[in-house]
Amino acid sequence: MSEATANMRARDIAGPGDYFDLLKPRVMSLVIFTAFVGMAAAPGSIHPALAAISLLAIAVGAGASGALNMWWDADIDAVMTRTAGRPVPAGRVPRAEAAAFGWFLSALAVALLALASNYLAAGLLAFTIFFYVVIYSMWLKRSTPQNIVIGGAAGALPPVVGWAAVSGAAPLDAWVLFGIIFLWTPPHFWALALFKKGDYERAGVPMMPVVKGVDSTRRQIFAYSIVLALAGVAPFLIGTTGYLYLVAAGALGGYFVYAAWKVLRAAPDDQRPAVHLFKFSILYLFALFAVILIERWTGLHG
Amino acid sequence: MADRRPEKTDEIKQRDRRNVAIALGLGAFIALVFAVTLLKLGGSVAERSF
Repeated sequence: MSEATANMRARDIAGPGDYFDLLKPRVMSLVIFTAFVGMAAAPGSIHPALAAISLLAIAVGAGASGALNMWWDADIDAVMTRTAGRPVPAGRVPRAEAAAFGWFLSALAVALLALASNYLAAGLLAFTIFFYVVIYSMWLKRSTPQNIVIGGAAGALPPVVGWAAVSGAAPLDAWVLFGIIFLWTPPHFWALALFKKGDYERAGVPMMPVVKGVDSTRRQIFAYSIVLALAGVAPFLIGTTGYLYLVAAGALGGYFVYAAWKVLRAAPDDQRPAVHLFKFSILYLFALFAVILIERWTGLHG
Repeated sequence: MADRRPEKTDEIKQRDRRNVAIALGLGAFIALVFAVTLLKLGGSVAERSF
C-alpha cells in the first residue's frame, strides 16, 4: 500500500476532532455569546465559577442539539455542497453514534445546568434542545417554508436561559432579547437560502425561495428587517438598556434595512446583495449584544 | 496480509485518540460536579462538625 493511500485512510477514520465538529462549533459561538449577554444583563449574581460552569452547560447543550441535527439530517447534508463534508455524510462517524453522542451530551448538559444554577434554567435548556431537534429538525424543516421562522425560537432562547441561570427568573427583558433573535432569524437564513437555493432544491428542503420564489422571499426579508430594526430598539424602551444601546441599535438596524433594500432591488441574478446581507446579519447580532455588554461593564445602562 | 498492517495501525491510533478524549471528557465532568458541589455548599464546608 502506498503512503498516499495510507494517509487517505487515516483521514477517513474518526478522531476526536470529528466528534467536536458534530457540536457545530461556529453556531455554538453565537449561542455562548448571546447566553453570556443574558447572564451579564440579568439582575442578581451567582459565583463566577458557577456562572462559567452554567455557560459551559448551555454551550454543550447547544452543541448536543447540533449533533442530533446532524444525525437526523445526514441525508440532506450529503447532497448540499455546504454540508457534504460533515462527519456523518462524509462517512467518518456512523449515524447511530452521532445520535448517541447527542442524546448523552444533552442529558449531561441539562443535569449540569440544574446542579450549577437552577431548575428553571435547566428546564429552558431542555426545552431549547427539544424544540430544535424534534420540532424544527424532525418536523418543520422538511414540511413548511415557515421552518426556520418557527424553528428560530430554539436559537433565540439562549439569552433567556442565561438570564434564568443567574436570576432564577425569565422576565420581559429576557424575552425581548429572545424576540430580537427570533425576528433576526428569517432575514438571516433567507439571505443564505437565496444564494444557496440550488442546494436546498436538490435536498428537497422547502425553504422560502424554493417554495415561493426569489421575489417573494426578497419582499419578506425586507419586511422582517423593518420589524427587526424596530424590535432592536425595544430593550431601550422597556429600560433594559441605555442611550448608547439606543444609538447603536438605531444605526445597526438602519443599515440592516438598507442592506435588505439592496437585496429587494437587486437584478434577478445578482446574488451579491444577499451574500452581503447574510454576512452583515451575523455582525449585526454580535454587535447589538456586544453593546449590551459594554453598557453593563461601564455602568451606562438605564 | 502484511500489506494491511498500516491501515490497522491508523485505525488503532485514531481509536486511542478517541479513548483519551472520552477519558478527559468524563474526568472533566466529574471535576465539574465536584466543584459545583463545593461551591453550592459554601465556604464553611471544610469546618463543619460531624
